[in-house]
Amino acid sequence: MSAPLLSVSGLTKHFPLKGGLFGRSTGTVRAVDGITFDVAEGETLGIVGESGCGKSTTARLLVDLITPDSGSIRLGGKEIGPDLSVRDLRRQVQMVFQDSYASLNPRLTMEDAISFGPMVGGMVGHKAVALARDLLARVGLDPARFAGRYPHELSGGQRQRVNIARALAFSPKIVVLDEAVSALDKSVEAQVLNLLADLKAELGLTYIFISHDLNVVRYMSDRVMVMYLGQVAEIGPVEALYSAPAHPYSRALLAAMPSMDPDRRTMEAPLAGDPPNPINPPPGCRFHTRCRLADTVCSGTDPGLYVMPEAGHLAACHIHIPGSGHRDAKSRAGVTA
Amino acid sequence: MTAATLEAIAKVEKSPGYWSGVLRRIARDPVAMFALCVIVAMILMAVFAPWIAPADPYRGQMLRRLRPIGTAGFPLGTDELGRDMLTRLIYGARLSLMMGVTPVIIAFFIGSAIGITAGYVGGKLNSALMRTIDVFFAFPSVLLAIALSGALGAGIFNGLLSLTIVFIPPIARIAESVTTAVRKIEYVEAARASGASGFTIVRVHVLGNVIGPIFVYATGLISVSLILASGLSFLGLGVKPPEPEWGLMLNTLRNAIYVQPWVAALPGLMIFITSISFNLLSDGLRSAMDLKA
Amino acid sequence: MSVPLVELDNLTVRFHGERTVHAVNGVSFTLKAGETLGILGESGSGKSVTLKTLLRLLPENRTEIGGGVRVDGADILKLEGRALADHRGGTASMIFQDPMLALDPVYTIGEQIAEAVIRHEGVSSAEGMARALDMLTRVRIPSPERRLKAYPHEMSGGMRQRAMIALALACRPKLLLADEPTTALDATVQIQILLLLRDLQREFGMGMIFVTHDIGVAVEVSDRVAVMYAGEIVETGSVRDLIRDPRHPYTKGLLAANLHGAVKGARLHAIPGAPPALAEAPKACSFAPRCPVKVSGCDINRPPSVALGEARQVRCVLAAPAPGA
Ligand SMILES: Nc1ncnc2c1ncn2[C@@H]1O[C@H](COP(=O)(O)OP(=O)(O)OP(=O)(O)O)[C@@H](O)[C@H]1O
Ligand SMILES: Nc1ncnc2c1ncn2[C@@H]1O[C@H](COP(=O)(O)OP(=O)(O)O)[C@@H](O)[C@H]1O
Ligand code: SF4
Ligand code: SF4
Ligand SMILES: [Mg+2]
Ligand SMILES: [Mg+2]
Repeated sequence: MSAPLLSVSGLTKHFPLKGGLFGRSTGTVRAVDGITFDVAEGETLGIVGESGCGKSTTARLLVDLITPDSGSIRLGGKEIGPDLSVRDLRRQVQMVFQDSYASLNPRLTMEDAISFGPMVGGMVGHKAVALARDLLARVGLDPARFAGRYPHELSGGQRQRVNIARALAFSPKIVVLDEAVSALDKSVEAQVLNLLADLKAELGLTYIFISHDLNVVRYMSDRVMVMYLGQVAEIGPVEALYSAPAHPYSRALLAAMPSMDPDRRTMEAPLAGDPPNPINPPPGCRFHTRCRLADTVCSGTDPGLYVMPEAGHLAACHIHIPGSGHRDAKSRAGVTA
Repeated sequence: MTAATLEAIAKVEKSPGYWSGVLRRIARDPVAMFALCVIVAMILMAVFAPWIAPADPYRGQMLRRLRPIGTAGFPLGTDELGRDMLTRLIYGARLSLMMGVTPVIIAFFIGSAIGITAGYVGGKLNSALMRTIDVFFAFPSVLLAIALSGALGAGIFNGLLSLTIVFIPPIARIAESVTTAVRKIEYVEAARASGASGFTIVRVHVLGNVIGPIFVYATGLISVSLILASGLSFLGLGVKPPEPEWGLMLNTLRNAIYVQPWVAALPGLMIFITSISFNLLSDGLRSAMDLKA
Repeated sequence: MSVPLVELDNLTVRFHGERTVHAVNGVSFTLKAGETLGILGESGSGKSVTLKTLLRLLPENRTEIGGGVRVDGADILKLEGRALADHRGGTASMIFQDPMLALDPVYTIGEQIAEAVIRHEGVSSAEGMARALDMLTRVRIPSPERRLKAYPHEMSGGMRQRAMIALALACRPKLLLADEPTTALDATVQIQILLLLRDLQREFGMGMIFVTHDIGVAVEVSDRVAVMYAGEIVETGSVRDLIRDPRHPYTKGLLAANLHGAVKGARLHAIPGAPPALAEAPKACSFAPRCPVKVSGCDINRPPSVALGEARQVRCVLAAPAPGA
């Protein structure tokens, strides 16, 4: 395999919890806690997980809206910071947010919103405006009708098209879509998904696609990363992961999807309770407080990502680590090649 | 570039801008328009006082002191020194409006600058600025105005200065909270992700979205300022006699309250009308600026 | 046949204000006691307005309601004063997407449930509290005694939703109205709440109307489903029929857009365009501007609601059996 386009290693971001009288720190939110993954050029990596597991924080770290506490991000082999400036990173990695309305300045027309970035980057006014109109046409909005409009004069789907156009204004290599279609109605969502697929084919884009809708993630992604409390629980090719999830959490997440078959309704909730809080994550395997298969080793030792037999499939669960001490784990001798 | 877009550049439908929408909405609000008319009338009255006032505001005659409303030649009566009330009320608009509006305008600029800076930069600078502001904010505005004027001494300039100082903290507070809110909205994040500098973001994305609410708030403060300014004069801390100013007039006429209660109440009525008009205008602006409406 | 629990007859709801909104345009359905009807539709299709009408929660002065609304034999549109108060929370109660709107932040969960029971049933406060504890246990809140004294903001999202359900069911309503109660929740918590509602509905024998925009959720809880579009019900039927054999072009589009079993790499059959603005009452098929199979008459006349067997109705000209056939 050639070098990945994006390579993230040990990425960590902790937020100090401010509170008390003089804003003293009263704890730490371990929003993202040492995640490692690669994204190949032209592929779509889906990211799923319960709310608060660190999906958006990861996205914001990737476009440097927040700076990581530790870990590295490499883009095309160059490390952000030493080899590649944040400015260059931002040209190559752009982001689309969930809230289409909040993502657009209510005082700017659509063409001004799209041309703002290029103009900041030094493009002359009329060229930036022409580019904006071209991009509007590209995302399926007639520039004659939409270029001069304000955000509140557009529907949610149209606004999200504008946000996509704005992200494309820099001709980025990677677009991070953080729940970019989640707020849209189903019928409109399908239109935007088609658009995203077209743009990807046309421009050779690479997507990082965050969504809570597992059907959409399956349709869009080549590989999927399952996150739990700031860590990677499992990452792998989408079909392998959906048909045979290796991590008990991935299994539970998939089982929590409503059934589409009235004769086979879900009879038992796969997980009890609410997602725990990343303020004081449990030691060992972070999932052990909710895991039905938890064993004594789980609360003491962090399993770490372990390479599964199938290429590119990794899971962080003692069950799959031969000799880990988990009752269901194979003994070290019996490891399958 | 596609042919379609090249063609489109020629004829882009331009939506009416935000502010023209605000104007259109406020023009349809009868209460706000009425208040605006009253305010414009007051301003015209102040500007053209020498031409419309029937008499000299400073010259009085002891013989015709405290005439009632409706006296021939003195439609609104005379004051305790026999000066024409109508004339003095008209002239009074000059100082009263100036004392009421100027401090708010100056405080609007200074307070917004402080608040927007604190809000956008955040962190330690925010804490430093806002805690300082809070010290002033801890006092009721009336007390603060009186204390400052007392310390600085009476006079128009000192009155203006103390009122300005009084209004900077509340405006800065509002500016800071709207800016902090706007800074967290995703379009500001998106602008940061496009590599824009802090200054550009404030100019393009923050200013336009925070100035409206701050402006509305400041218009509301004008009514308070009018009353405070009059209060200072009433207490002898603002404008000095014999200048015509509504608050001061209220003070000098207070002994006449038993003799000519209606005449004595007239300056108060003017303060009330002006102040409530500014309030109504502010309310109208607030709803006209609400985009979701 | 017994009297249905809910009977909506050609309900129309119009909002007047700066702009007129024709939110509901002739909705009719019945709900039997103990039955669950799912109302499925996109945002703005009139789902919430329909539910709120059943509790008379719409702003009286700006709302024009037409048609008939009967719940448990009572004409809801004529209820006043005491009778209306008894209806709300007594006969029928509602749960919302955002429990913070239903729960009062200044009272504990226990106090709120007890207060509702005391108001509707006139029991003593000790009995009220006992009922509150019972309800918290039934909605499976862990350590209910402790939660009795908790304030809403002290609870997590899923717990709050359970507390709201406990409050809504405390007076044993005959009808539960659920307005997207799981939309804001994680899928893992959503399924817990759906299973809970399904169990409680069976246990209490309530009728339930469950509004959602998620087909999967509708399948999990409903016996029958009504699909709404632009303030009209375009198709009703049993969940099974609707999922296996959707007849209305809109329902077909929605099912395809759910992406369940969508083929990777294949283009999605997206419904083009967007729902209408509802500025005026529909004169033709509301779906006509987006319909892939529309025929000549569709944008001239309003299609009739065609009955296809028992409990199956479709509002589309193409659903009608061919004349003479
Ligand atoms: N600026 C911040 N300060 C403090 N805590 C934060 C901050 N940003 C995020 N967090 C916390 O970090 C954790 C991860 O947040 P993040 O937004 O990445 O979650 P997410 O996976 O995107 O969730 P959702 O599905 O709800 O969008 C959460 O507990 C969140 O409250
Ligand atoms: N109180 C109200 N005043 C005016 N319009 C309203 C009001 N409530 C709802 N509407 C409008 O009625 C239509 C249907 O709304 P609703 O039933 O809330 O949709 P949903 O199906 O998403 O629940 C929408 O166009 C909405 O804007
Ligand atoms: S390591 Fe243990 S607790 Fe964690 S997922 Fe695997 S079995 Fe469950
Ligand atoms: S009536 Fe006509 S336009 Fe409407 S759904 Fe049926 S075929 Fe389509
Ligand atoms: Mg998020
Ligand atoms: Mg709704």
